[in-house]
Amino acid sequence: MKQSSLREHKRLEEGAYIRVRMNNRWTLYDPRLAWMLVAPVLLLLIFFLVLPIAVMAAYTFFTFVTAGVETSALTTANWQEFFTDSYYSGFLLKTLRVGAITALLCGVLGYFPAYFIWATSFKHKWLLLLLLIVPFWISFTIRTFSWINILGEQGVINVALLKMGIINEPLQMLYNEGAVILGLLHFLLPYMILNVYVSLEGIDRTLIAAARSMGCTSAQAFREVTLPLSLPGLAAGLLLCFVLAAGSYVTPQLLGSGRDALFGNLIYDTIMGELNWPMGATLSIVLFVVLGFFAAIYTRYMGMSQIVKGLAG
Amino acid sequence: MSGTRRKEEGRWAWRLTGFVTLCVYIFMFAPIVATVILSFNASMFGGFPMTGFSLQWYAKLMNNDAVLTAFRTSLWIALVTAVATTAIGVVTAFALVRFEFPGKQALSTLVILPALVPETILGVGLLVLIKAIDQPRTMLLLVLGHILLAVPYVVLIAQARMVGIRRVYEEAALSLGASRFSSFREITLPLLIPAVVGGALLAFTISFDNTSASLFWRPAGVETMPTQILSMLKISISPEINALGTVMILVTVGIPLVGGLILQSLTKLKRRGEPKEEVR
Repeated sequence: MKQSSLREHKRLEEGAYIRVRMNNRWTLYDPRLAWMLVAPVLLLLIFFLVLPIAVMAAYTFFTFVTAGVETSALTTANWQEFFTDSYYSGFLLKTLRVGAITALLCGVLGYFPAYFIWATSFKHKWLLLLLLIVPFWISFTIRTFSWINILGEQGVINVALLKMGIINEPLQMLYNEGAVILGLLHFLLPYMILNVYVSLEGIDRTLIAAARSMGCTSAQAFREVTLPLSLPGLAAGLLLCFVLAAGSYVTPQLLGSGRDALFGNLIYDTIMGELNWPMGATLSIVLFVVLGFFAAIYTRYMGMSQIVKGLAG
Repeated sequence: MSGTRRKEEGRWAWRLTGFVTLCVYIFMFAPIVATVILSFNASMFGGFPMTGFSLQWYAKLMNNDAVLTAFRTSLWIALVTAVATTAIGVVTAFALVRFEFPGKQALSTLVILPALVPETILGVGLLVLIKAIDQPRTMLLLVLGHILLAVPYVVLIAQARMVGIRRVYEEAALSLGASRFSSFREITLPLLIPAVVGGALLAFTISFDNTSASLFWRPAGVETMPTQILSMLKISISPEINALGTVMILVTVGIPLVGGLILQSLTKLKRRGEPKEEVR
């Protein structure tokens, strides 16, 4: 008796469910509604991000005829040119080197402020954090060219040194690789500091107190507890700085000479200057794949560390 | 004995940290300060030493038609970008946090990509696409491109806030007979306001500041503020550029600061009326 009523009940419920489906009534969190909500962003991403990169990949096999003209006759000439001409690989290596140097300098110089802001007992800590965010609001172009006022022939350093009689001729500090790295450092340091700071904020401070109470010196507590726990933020910052530096265009343009151009400038000149679209597309895909490779390594590594963290916690 | 030495070491390490921090902050702001100071220089050359105080470069700027046009163009693009990006970004964040649907994980990864892919690549990609389908570069394309660049940040900001809003509030409104739309408008949106304002401000700045991608996407003959500055820099460093930089700093730093202050006072006013909530 009980069995059959239960079955009856279940049948009724199923019936109700089917009726709802037949009425086409939407459930509270219906996936169809979700798709409608994300549709604008999805369309934008497809037409402005996915499709362009796909078309660009196809373009690398097009034939370059003359400036601005290409045919869809498929060829591997662009890739052959890229792999055989050391001009391109030289550019790529230089770009990766500059990116790596910038990221490492950012890591070293950025860790101190992040640690300081995290550990300080200064009452107006928010002000230090706000000052880190302010550069994000100031036009990148302006921040970059403002270095000319520091390093230029009439910049602060040269004018001060000349006045003091230390030098007779203005020093040539602009338009070299050092100036480019300096400009990139200026642009990327806030990213690094904020990344490290966020991961420091995530550390349970009682762990450090525990380490100290067990007899660790403050240096040991830092080395054994704080530093390892802040590594995820440091790694994220390094990747971000590396990718952004390697993809930069404006900084080498403003602070470097022709010889200090990076891969982004090469792409721009190939497309906007030489109007060689197939080669420009090839170079863009190369940069995309190379930087994507580093990002993939990072996600893999970070995924591992997340697992370790999960096991430890 | 060794204890005091260790203490000394710790103190020195801390001092070193403070010193490096100070240097980094000086490094961050010295060029900007120099630019602002130089914009008031009476000298004909865009550099030190200061020869006197003058507002002539600002006056000259006000009569520079190319700069004014570029400024207006950038302002409009940034406004449209801010409004549109916030609208679609907030709705996307809502869907990503509240709903379960196939492909959600892939979408939340895809939506962050425009922030990670170098602008040069995004710029070339879109150009190649419209060349392939034989379309001209238009203002609409430029604005949509800026929306693409800003959308990751708006979605991330709105998502972070959305996670903290419990869905029972919306569901209560729904169970009391509110429509989906009005429960979103009356319950969710007001709770999301900080993220909405923050996202809109960020989208505005991203668009107003964008250089590399705009160089590729702008229609022929159109200059935005950053591309205008770039082309002015190609000619020479005149004090006019320093004045222009100072004005830009005032606009892009002033707007978020004022917005933030307004927001803070708004939330404070609201807090007074609300029962105590869990902190953060």
